[in-house]
Amino acid sequence: MAYALQLLINGVTLGMIYGLIAVGYTMVYGIIGMINFAHGDVFMIGAFIGLIVLTALTGITSIPLAIAAAFIVAAVLSGVYGFSIERVAYRPLRGSFRLAPLISAIGMSIVLENYVQVTQGALDRAIPPLLPGGVAVMRQHGFVVQLSFMQVAIVVVTLAVLAVFTWIVTKTPLGRAMRAVEQDAKMAALLGIDTNTTISLTFVTGAALAAVAGVMFLLYYGVIGFYIGFNAGIKAFTAAVLGGIGSLPGAVLGGLLIGLIEAFWSGYGPLAYKDAAVYSILAIVLMFLPSGLLGRHEVEKV
Amino acid sequence: MSRLADMLKDAGVVAFFALLVFAPFIGVQLGSNLRGALTLAPTPMTLAVAVAVVFCARLAVLTLAQHRAAVTLPRMPVRVQDYLAPAMLVLGVVLPFLPFLPNAYIDTATLILIYVMLGWGLNIVVGLAGLLDLGYVAFYAVGAYSFALLATNFDLSFWECLPIAGILAACWGIFLGFPVLRLRGDYLAIVTLAFGEIIRLVITNWVSLTGGPNGILGIPHPTLFGLKFTMSADPGTFAGFFHIDPTPRQHLTFLYYIILALALITNWVTLRLRKQPLGRAWEALREDEIACRSLGINVRNTKLTAFAIGAMFGGFAGSFFATREGFISPDSFVFMESATVLSIVVLGGAGSQLGVVLAAIVMAGVPALMQSLQIYRMLIFGLALVAIMVFKPRGFIAQRRPSVTLGATKRIGAEFISQGRG
Amino acid sequence: MPILTAHNVTMRFGGLVAVDNVSFSARRGDITAIIGPNGAGKTTLFNCITGFYRPTGGTLTISHHEDAHPLRLDKLPGHAIAHKGRVARTFQNVRLFAGMTVLENLLVAQHNKLQDATGFGVLGILGLGRYRHAEREAMEQAKAWLHATGLYERADDPAGSLPYGAQRRLEIARAMCTDPVLLCLDEPAAGLNPRESAGLNELLQKIRKDGCSLLLIEHDMGVVMKISDQIVVLDHGKKIADGTPAEIRSDPVVIAAYLGESEEDADAAEAAR
Repeated sequence: MAYALQLLINGVTLGMIYGLIAVGYTMVYGIIGMINFAHGDVFMIGAFIGLIVLTALTGITSIPLAIAAAFIVAAVLSGVYGFSIERVAYRPLRGSFRLAPLISAIGMSIVLENYVQVTQGALDRAIPPLLPGGVAVMRQHGFVVQLSFMQVAIVVVTLAVLAVFTWIVTKTPLGRAMRAVEQDAKMAALLGIDTNTTISLTFVTGAALAAVAGVMFLLYYGVIGFYIGFNAGIKAFTAAVLGGIGSLPGAVLGGLLIGLIEAFWSGYGPLAYKDAAVYSILAIVLMFLPSGLLGRHEVEKV
Repeated sequence: MSRLADMLKDAGVVAFFALLVFAPFIGVQLGSNLRGALTLAPTPMTLAVAVAVVFCARLAVLTLAQHRAAVTLPRMPVRVQDYLAPAMLVLGVVLPFLPFLPNAYIDTATLILIYVMLGWGLNIVVGLAGLLDLGYVAFYAVGAYSFALLATNFDLSFWECLPIAGILAACWGIFLGFPVLRLRGDYLAIVTLAFGEIIRLVITNWVSLTGGPNGILGIPHPTLFGLKFTMSADPGTFAGFFHIDPTPRQHLTFLYYIILALALITNWVTLRLRKQPLGRAWEALREDEIACRSLGINVRNTKLTAFAIGAMFGGFAGSFFATREGFISPDSFVFMESATVLSIVVLGGAGSQLGVVLAAIVMAGVPALMQSLQIYRMLIFGLALVAIMVFKPRGFIAQRRPSVTLGATKRIGAEFISQGRG
Repeated sequence: MPILTAHNVTMRFGGLVAVDNVSFSARRGDITAIIGPNGAGKTTLFNCITGFYRPTGGTLTISHHEDAHPLRLDKLPGHAIAHKGRVARTFQNVRLFAGMTVLENLLVAQHNKLQDATGFGVLGILGLGRYRHAEREAMEQAKAWLHATGLYERADDPAGSLPYGAQRRLEIARAMCTDPVLLCLDEPAAGLNPRESAGLNELLQKIRKDGCSLLLIEHDMGVVMKISDQIVVLDHGKKIADGTPAEIRSDPVVIAAYLGESEEDADAAEAAR
């Protein structure tokens, strides 16, 4: 019981990170119908920018201030990355055949990964724990369920970011434009919505969310490398598809599920097959629900 | 004059974005001090150079764009295509006998042919049937491991194992194909990717069977009617039987011809199938699945045959890979391999057999020749992938040749051809 | 025995009843039209007959010839409707294999016949015996339909490059290449100019003369009244009338349904009168 509670806490924390990345996948998919394969690498870029900011500010400012700066700088600069990637690799291919943007995105993913490897080296980079400590939630048979401050912080930050994000999508003109372009890009353009800007801003928002997730990953695990984008990206994409790609609540739900599956499998199953379990569950879910958990089921018009 | 000002302004904006993008990675250098703590060293000069390069490149692009005619990419004339295929075939056959060619090139050519074969195999699934498969490496792995396990455990020869490995891969193609039959587009893409990863994770972790991360050692090399290729001139070897001096070239040449033959068989079968009801049904499926159903085509079986036949050729290629290397490990079957093969198919112009060859030369041959560039190699590979797609989104050879005609063959333009939704 | 018998066919989507207890029969060798205002359930009924939907209730039976054992269409899997049921169809929005040539479109339609002759692909790949013969026959049939639809000159052009009217004709030719006993046409005259429309009439009459029965959905009352032998009228998913053009024309229920709908349709009904 206590053990399961601990796994639940760990799973939710991890799921929050996946969910944030998955939102970026699902937004881009919803608006231009492409898999942004480089999104996982934007997450990695965000984590590295966070690391660099933290390193630069260590000893100069207080730790909370440094962490806040890391989040903000990472989100802003990753947003610029998202914007630039869309302009360079995807916009010229818009309206083109569907395989071209996919290959371009895979190329972009390779570029980003190797760009970081070339510029910052192939070594793993570690930071000391910045927010140590936690509270014991429960004791049972000598097993102590720990809820670390970092886990609380991750859940709080994720929920705050998602709240702001939900507000943007539902209440602001930008959100309305995004939803309009998602429904019907041509019609939206006819009604005077600047689709190019809207799509650019979608990429910027998605990248900023991924960067927040990246900094949280850095703070939680303390170690990052140039290669972390691939695995996190695939997991988050899996989360987005599991939840029903195109559905924003679905992305968060999918992320949470993937996090929980991973945590519980690590706790009870053979650890080596953790990722295989995630992928198998994805395949099984899609066999019965071909549009994911919350995805709209597309009825083919005949 | 104002035009120049506009161009400078545009390039300035691009350079500003480049500054923001490069600053955290090119502008600073992470390191660690003696106590192991991270340090940060600014490298403003490198950053300035990088931004200046972007500024100049943008100016150059803008200048070129003003003389638009100069930058339209040349299209390969159809007549060149007609001669190119036989020319490449002849070159392929005589290549090992070109005396001035170093052994390393034969080896590279063999590697390229492995990718040609993989590309042709995947072309059936992606190019003809229009089903997006991001996990093709799974069948490559199944072929390689089937061969390696059969050969090392049961002492079977390459020629005995090859068909078994191909059939096993085809069975996996059907087995993995079943659950994804109802899925479309990106759902299909992620599930095939997931299957690729599952297979890799299983071979990494099932240590008692596959040797885990250490892989399988001592996989036998192929023999020519029982004759081995070794550096001794014993009677049982190729050199000993023909009373010639053994050279490494003989073994390389033999391997080269095996993969050439396998690849040509793949090509021949595919070309024949394209003119058959099955091949036509694949292409029809890519064009419109609903129309196929209305014509009485069993969509499920048609998709499964595409998966199975594509997988079978992947399995053959995997067997060859294992016998050539003599050693396999899970590291050879990562997602990057699937991505590379898919890129070859798309870059070639999905559906085109000749296109796959050209793309395989670019994607597998050029990186092999760029070994000296070390860490920059993959960076350039990725940039090239983006650039080729941006400039040639339909790949090198985008037109389709009809499978049957009444009169003269006219190629079909890319604008009519669908890339499938599956 | 009628070629097609629908008995109490019902199709529900969640709470919505798109087709409600519809029964009718289409006589062998006749042209039967299904008409009705927008949203009457015509296309849904059509999709049930051609196997794209499985009806929630009721039965659909086809009998290939006078004394053939009737076959339940609603029990067949989707792709078997064309193959075993021998019911072919066209689509409201033309669905051709745009990147394949006109000739290839017609050969794809003969897939099952040819596939059976390939001997699991082996004879086909080697280009041997029975397959050669089957292929030659398939080409002959394709050529015959190319002539019948006036598309012979364009046989080697991609289907996507044809003008709209020719695409409609090709779709009919492609459906006919499956050797159907019943051809279902979903608004075949939509978007055609008067000359093309007249050509279509001729083509449909030829198909009927060659022994294939026809079932069509059509909005153009002029076309319907002129060519159909029997008309089934649907409104709000229910059958409200069934009879010859003359009977339908004077049926007060039908007139009310159309007048209640829109002016355009009412005008059409008027014009037909």
